[in-house]
Amino acid sequence: MNWTWFHRLASPPHIYGIAGTLTPWFAWPAGMLIVTALYAGLVLAPPDYQQGEGFRIIYVHAPSAWLSVMVYGVMATAAAVGLIWRMKVAHAVAASCAGIGAWFTVVSLITGMLWGKPMWGTYWVWDPRLTAQLILLFLFFGYMGLRAGIDDLGRADRASAVLAIIGVINIPIIRYSVEWWNSIHQAPSVMKMDRPSMPMDMLLPLLMMLLGFTLYFAAVLLVRLRAEILRRERSAGWLKEALR
Amino acid sequence: MSEFLAMDGYAMFLWPAYAVTLLALVANIVIARRAHAAARLEARRRLAIEEEESQQS
Repeated sequence: MNWTWFHRLASPPHIYGIAGTLTPWFAWPAGMLIVTALYAGLVLAPPDYQQGEGFRIIYVHAPSAWLSVMVYGVMATAAAVGLIWRMKVAHAVAASCAGIGAWFTVVSLITGMLWGKPMWGTYWVWDPRLTAQLILLFLFFGYMGLRAGIDDLGRADRASAVLAIIGVINIPIIRYSVEWWNSIHQAPSVMKMDRPSMPMDMLLPLLMMLLGFTLYFAAVLLVRLRAEILRRERSAGWLKEALR
Repeated sequence: MSEFLAMDGYAMFLWPAYAVTLLALVANIVIARRAHAAARLEARRRLAIEEEESQQS
């Protein structure tokens, strides 16, 4: 089998160019979706029969929590690809994910606390879901700390990749914590096998937010990836090409 | 309007939650763009040094 197309696809200059071309195609739909969902979620969606207007925190909490877990998945997958096929670009993707993931894990924790106070009567409990999400934050910090602590780029890539892959254990724990244990956190409303337990005018803004945040992540990741590729290419001749 | 802002008494939880999320969305755009701009500047400097060295030799 001929693999040259694959190597060309994964070559830093090619990825650098593609990433630049693709960024606006993710950024603009993301912006439009998030702004529309903001209006739909805050104004058009009806109040919840139990939580009243307070339920609207879901439109920022669920997307950021989704992003935190999804970014970790992308990071671990890219790290594994980099480790197995010795692909530098994959390591660069993984390295570009960590900061974004950490940000949105913090956002999910803060918005969750702000939702927990009026609904549960407390900002924080050592509940399985909440604890697992806090561990996710430490995994992101650990990944970034490990990378920052190793001078040799190749070793930093491999060591941090191993940490990212081990940390994947935490993902199903976050996902199923509300089912396996007696959690104070409410069960999934959208991402479950059955039909979503929400009326359409509540659900639609949430789905738009989830898609908007996902596209937003893609756009931000591509910009960070371009920076990461430039930083890694020490003396390559294509730099001249790229910087024009 | 003030009724909307009051959010039925949930304002002091809801608006900070939205503000934090918005802050993260904007901050990540700024961080990514700055990182890219800085990397470009750094790469340009590296290229200039290399060209100087090749001219001297």
